[in-house]
Amino acid sequence: MYRYDEFDHDFVQARVAEFSDQVQRRLSGEITEDQFRPLRLMNGVYLQLHAYMLRIAVPYGTLNGKQLRMLGHIARKYDKGYGHFTTRQNIQFNWPALSDIPVILADLASVEMHAIQTSGNCIRNVTADHFAGAAADEVADPRPYAEILRQWSSVHPEFSFLPRKFKIAVTGAERDRAAIQTHDIGLHLKKNAAGELGFAVYVGGGQGRTPMVARKIRDFLPEADLLSYCTAILRVYNLYGRRDNKYKARIKILVHETGAEEITRQVEAEWQELKDAELKLPEADIRAIEAYFAPPALAGRPEGDAAVKVARLDSKGFSDWLDQNVVTHRHPDYAAVTISLKGIGEVPGDASDSQMEAVADIAERYAFDELRVSHEQNLILPHVARADLKAVYDALVDIGLATANSNLISDIISCPGLDYCALATARSIPIAQEISQRFASLERQREIGELKLKISGCINACGHHHVGHIGILGVEKKGSELYQVTLGGSADENTSVGEIIGRGFSSEEITDAIETIVDTYLGLRLNPQEIFIDAYRRVGPAPFKEALYAGEAKAA
Amino acid sequence: MKILTANRLGDGIAVWYADGGWAETVDHADLAHDKAAEDRLEAIGAKAYADNEVVDVNLIDAEVVDGVVEPVRLREKIRAAGPTIRGDLGKQAIRAA
Repeated sequence: MYRYDEFDHDFVQARVAEFSDQVQRRLSGEITEDQFRPLRLMNGVYLQLHAYMLRIAVPYGTLNGKQLRMLGHIARKYDKGYGHFTTRQNIQFNWPALSDIPVILADLASVEMHAIQTSGNCIRNVTADHFAGAAADEVADPRPYAEILRQWSSVHPEFSFLPRKFKIAVTGAERDRAAIQTHDIGLHLKKNAAGELGFAVYVGGGQGRTPMVARKIRDFLPEADLLSYCTAILRVYNLYGRRDNKYKARIKILVHETGAEEITRQVEAEWQELKDAELKLPEADIRAIEAYFAPPALAGRPEGDAAVKVARLDSKGFSDWLDQNVVTHRHPDYAAVTISLKGIGEVPGDASDSQMEAVADIAERYAFDELRVSHEQNLILPHVARADLKAVYDALVDIGLATANSNLISDIISCPGLDYCALATARSIPIAQEISQRFASLERQREIGELKLKISGCINACGHHHVGHIGILGVEKKGSELYQVTLGGSADENTSVGEIIGRGFSSEEITDAIETIVDTYLGLRLNPQEIFIDAYRRVGPAPFKEALYAGEAKAA
Repeated sequence: MKILTANRLGDGIAVWYADGGWAETVDHADLAHDKAAEDRLEAIGAKAYADNEVVDVNLIDAEVVDGVVEPVRLREKIRAAGPTIRGDLGKQAIRAA
């Protein structure tokens, strides 16, 4: 994985010193809250309902054991013993004292981590496919490009005060696991007919109160032109993006209002001015960054097949977990493992200090010291020898993280909601917990098959409800929580925004409503291979509306 | 009725104005029954903000239930108790201890 060079170390240390000074001046009253707020936000410090919140960047979701162990240490020493992994592949701590944040940042810097640009109207943490470097279906690891973008966008003077925040995601596979079409810029790394690497470029995707699917503005951008082209996009946005209305300030609105064709023309015109200048990436520089992401030397471990077969017979739990949470690796003797942070009835994305430390141990011992945070709020061990899978499973059982539910209905994305968040209008986590408990049976979940359920506690859509196969949005209506359901959303290579199915449900009704939707799907699917989203796309909303609301119409 | 709430500057912990100071629980917050009392609380909040004691100062609706002050809105009830999904955290944990 990427290691800081001298410049990175100096940059992060300088920021720790600068922000520590700002915190001291704030605590002593030298600067006001109005002066301090933008400074703290640039360093990932928010104020939530109960306390401050610190959001720490996990660049493109990649971590090593030492870093995860440090996160566990911070959770124990400065917080309340746990952290929350987010849909931007970051981690949040919910209870840090402002006065402790300088020392937390110093601890993070010691393991090459920071909280820079995890908030504010700048380019945020660049996200990537969580199976990058391991997936059997990718043309190349997208993370070197995410790292190049990170270096370019860190305190970029021109792009530190954009009209609004700006999010970039990169995938290297046809099967999009990074939700690139819901991002301000989505990059799909691919090869052209000549075998050269480059990107399909998508612009103007986003969620929030105005969900939009990104538009493809270029089918193939040579890799050397990555920064000049992104600069051209950002320049057009910075110039024409609206600053008069916060709710219309994202690039998605500009793309929508201007039209994809005209935006493409503007970007291309800007790019003509930039493409042959200093932003062109030298081949040697790309390969140098790529070398940091060289995969671990994966020795042949052909004994894995036999070991897995025996272990399967021995343990149904292992067999279930293998079927659900373990995916094919590009090396036949290896696999990529999803560590579910969605235990039945647990808080999605939360991990305790001791769980983080234990997972760090497992990664160091069995997974070449590599870990990922997925945007679906799980942890990933990207490279595990099949021969070691049983040992990994046993170690995960010991810490309560062996739930076999990846991609099933209980693998729910949920924002913190009104239990923590100052912006939320309703709670999300208790709804996720209740649904998870209702569908606790693995047999039933398997019968239902792949189903992406996503919950947000307000219109800002941090829980990605718009692109859930089933999405739930919590709002406040007449002083009570009300949950709106959307169906048919998707965040993969066929991204779509879900449609509101009808009137919302109270917190007491919502889990029953979800069960009705699931039962309706089970009753109408063509065969068990037709997953929920495919069935919905085939039949549309009518049967679901009928099942949910027909009784009311008759009663009325 | 209104009460005055904020978050303490140094640690961000939610506090309520009571008996001339900032209390960590809402139970005995000073109640404003009329506009004059609300203005008084507001002035106290503005001064505490200016003096860098607290941030995010707000006057919120409250009622008295069984002799104890309770916020009206769910958001404020959760601030006053702690996360509903973690009874071991926040003010509710202090009460339980």
